[in-house]
Amino acid sequence: MSTSDDQSKESQEVAATEKTDLEPIEPGQSSVGHVVLFFIVGFVASLVLGWVIFPKLLYSTKPQPFNYSHAIHNELVDEGCESCHYFREDGSFSGIPSLESCVECHEEMQGDSEDEAIFMEEYVAKDREIPWHVYSRQPDCVFFSHAAHVKMGKMDCVTCHGHIGESDQLPTYKENRISTYSIDIWGRNISGIKRNSWDRMKMNDCANCHRENGVNQRSVQTRKGGCFVCHN
Amino acid sequence: MKIARRSFLSFLIGGAAGTALTPLPWKLTDDLSIWSQNWPWTPVPPKGAANQVNSVCSLCPGGCGITVRKIDERAVKIEGMDGYPGNDGSLCTLCLAGLQLLYGPSRVQAPMKRVGKRGEGRWQKISWEQALEEVTAKLSDLRAADAPETLVALLGSDRGTVPQLFNRFLTAYGSPNFFRTPSIQDTYELALFLMHGTRSMASFDIENSDFVLSFGSGMIDGWGSSVRMFKAKSKLRDANATVCQIETRLSNTAAKSDKWVSINPGTEAALALGLAHVIIKEARYNQDFITNYTNGFNKFQQLVLEQYSPSNVTMVTGIDPETITSLARSFASARHPLAICGRGQGATPGSLNEFIAVHALNALVGNINQKGGIWAMPEPDYIEWPDVPMDAVAANGMQKGRMDGAGSQNFPHSRYLLNRLPDMIHSGEATIGALMVIGSNPVHTLPDTPKVQTALDKIPYIVSLSSFMDETTQMADIILPNHTNFERYQDVPAPEGLPQPIIGLSQPIVEPQFNTRHAGDIIIQLAQSLGGNVAEALAWGDYETCLQETLGDKWDMLSEQGFWVDESFNIGAWGEAFETDSGKFEFTNAAINRLPLFNPINLDGSSSEYPLVLLPYDSMRISAGHIGNPAFLMKTIEDTVLKGNSGFVEINPQTAASLGLAQGAKAIISTPTGSAEVRVHHFDGIMPGVIAMPRGLGRTAFDKYVAHKGINVNGLIGAVEDPASGLDAAWGTRASLTKA
Repeated sequence: MSTSDDQSKESQEVAATEKTDLEPIEPGQSSVGHVVLFFIVGFVASLVLGWVIFPKLLYSTKPQPFNYSHAIHNELVDEGCESCHYFREDGSFSGIPSLESCVECHEEMQGDSEDEAIFMEEYVAKDREIPWHVYSRQPDCVFFSHAAHVKMGKMDCVTCHGHIGESDQLPTYKENRISTYSIDIWGRNISGIKRNSWDRMKMNDCANCHRENGVNQRSVQTRKGGCFVCHN
Repeated sequence: MKIARRSFLSFLIGGAAGTALTPLPWKLTDDLSIWSQNWPWTPVPPKGAANQVNSVCSLCPGGCGITVRKIDERAVKIEGMDGYPGNDGSLCTLCLAGLQLLYGPSRVQAPMKRVGKRGEGRWQKISWEQALEEVTAKLSDLRAADAPETLVALLGSDRGTVPQLFNRFLTAYGSPNFFRTPSIQDTYELALFLMHGTRSMASFDIENSDFVLSFGSGMIDGWGSSVRMFKAKSKLRDANATVCQIETRLSNTAAKSDKWVSINPGTEAALALGLAHVIIKEARYNQDFITNYTNGFNKFQQLVLEQYSPSNVTMVTGIDPETITSLARSFASARHPLAICGRGQGATPGSLNEFIAVHALNALVGNINQKGGIWAMPEPDYIEWPDVPMDAVAANGMQKGRMDGAGSQNFPHSRYLLNRLPDMIHSGEATIGALMVIGSNPVHTLPDTPKVQTALDKIPYIVSLSSFMDETTQMADIILPNHTNFERYQDVPAPEGLPQPIIGLSQPIVEPQFNTRHAGDIIIQLAQSLGGNVAEALAWGDYETCLQETLGDKWDMLSEQGFWVDESFNIGAWGEAFETDSGKFEFTNAAINRLPLFNPINLDGSSSEYPLVLLPYDSMRISAGHIGNPAFLMKTIEDTVLKGNSGFVEINPQTAASLGLAQGAKAIISTPTGSAEVRVHHFDGIMPGVIAMPRGLGRTAFDKYVAHKGINVNGLIGAVEDPASGLDAAWGTRASLTKA
């Protein structure tokens, strides 16, 4: 009766004999070729995963409630963006207009587009706020004052928001499945390369602009510097 | 093809190298870090436009002006209203946490009808129409049975339009049985009525006093309008005024006063008379006032000189004669001395004799209606409604007199004696056909709560108009929920003790959050559906119309500024201030003479069975009134007062040692009224033989944050009827403490 050690030794010997019989090539050469091949396969696969598959998996596309044309509205109002995205009396920024602001003009249906019909039926008639997906929404721990940038810093809207004000179609809203913020914060280019000032809205983009313009590195509101300029 | 180990490793290395050249690791790290800082379950307040609304808080009787910060339609922060008389920009903890009551889980969200056994907590939501119909049917039945006087209404206050609408409803219906929650206001009113001859409110120009002698009043423990008193206390300190606290226990007020005199519990009246003795004997009283504007001084003088010498008083109070003499001298020699009384927050009316004795001190130094003194403020008179139209049933019911004996031969001058009702219900002396409760919570706040609860159980029909599921509402048969004070209009007359006639306006800060109605509208609607003279008496279309009509030309100023002040008001000079028979301040008169002499109020129980004395105390961190603590406030309670669900009893280390009770040990406290398990907290600030527990804990209703935490001290202390007034004069009870 043989032990299990004996058995495994035997089977190894058999295996070695068979291999030599079938592939009479130098063992050293074959192994280097395989190693290089597998390295390249792994390398290419991960590049494809990282650059192509990952971005597709990371973002989900969410439809806006209906399409909104900034271009049409911009033609009709007198004060540009501030007509709807206005500053309140206390200096705070109103952001996305509430339904109440819309209804000031849209008490009756304006035009006969399908989007207008959805707006009137689903929101005006039911007195429901429109659940817009906001491209520029930042985490709650970020304090951003529009007044400090637009009123005091004299920046225009385009610097951060791009040419959305002239667009006829809303861009596709892509939501990051992990952070839940819009793709526009990191930038639509997954590599993070930006061509325009409005392509990204990450912390470094704020910091770079502050540095380049020699902005007083203290918050006007809290009088605190460092991280506390924006994080409170 | 077989993959060798080496090839596999090579694949992984290639993958790693490739991955490092993609954005994947960096982007994933970034996203995960953002995700971890913004857990989706962390509530993030929605953004919106900031705005502010001025109103008046009526969570407690303090009546403070508030400014509420809102984001869009959501109230986010309550702050004190700048410039409001009394609290001027500051607030107490209850009000600061008040939004938790508005949005919290203890709200009654719709009219409800009891479906289970009473107190079982099984309710059925019903419509307002059905609710009002059912109550109307009950009230019609009572009236048809010619027993309108058995309808009782219990409210937190009797001032302002809402309480007066209920009072008017009751009168037209035929019941004189309107009640308000007892407090020191009852005793002060009575003392002023007997000594001044006027129905007036005791108010204190405390900010301008330079010597405040407080007989147990918790100036910074919630006495009077609490926020105003905090500010006044600071002002006194800045002005180098003296505050002397006479109190058995080292309360916060005692600790922060200039002089603390620890007195045997319940003997304050004797000390007041002892001080009067010294002041009179040394002729340190105000000669002008005593000679020209008082009556009965000689008799009073005779009494205190004969019976209340410092050495006699020492035997009763435990305070040495030198302290008594020097205290009397400092009090009388101050320019604006002021003596105040009413223990703690003033929730128990107390002994009439004690209030008369303390008020006599104010008279001796002549600081009545004077700068820095006590003012007898006329009751608000802005409500001018036509006479109540009466029918035969109403007239007949009103003639039967109050069921609590107030105004009867025994207690001719008392107005409301709620404390007498539980016993009278049990003995069958008083029969209640239906009870309406609003802004009051007797099941938690009255003494001997178990007895109150069983008495309530005998009432066939209880209607609660509470906004919250409180202890009394749990006992109701039907709930008609009122808006909270953050959702309604209501006039709030001058805060307690403020020497300035003002009216505050409570305004809706937010839209009603639930299916509730204004109590004023509810009573008007009930009157309309009852019809006849009751409907005629409350003929307003709705409460807001009634309020605006009643306030008349004051309305504009009230809605704009939040309050109205009678600028032309001057407190009556001595010559015209008193409306007694003699037209003077009366130390004694026929009515006062009829009262029993200044005997100490005896407590229930024998000293052998119950060797200790239990005192209740008040804390700004515990809301002891009809509304329980909001969750935030529970978190402010020290863990020597409440730890987990265990309530603590304070005990002198010496007494604790003799009972073998270590710090934190569990013990059973027993009193003639009940017993409970507590833990002990050693406290040097309480005299040996005396133990103390806070008021306001041990709730059984509201929400899980406040219910079943600690012990309700009111369940351990029985009422002691003051033979002079019929009011509850208990200041504590006998108790025993044994190891658990």
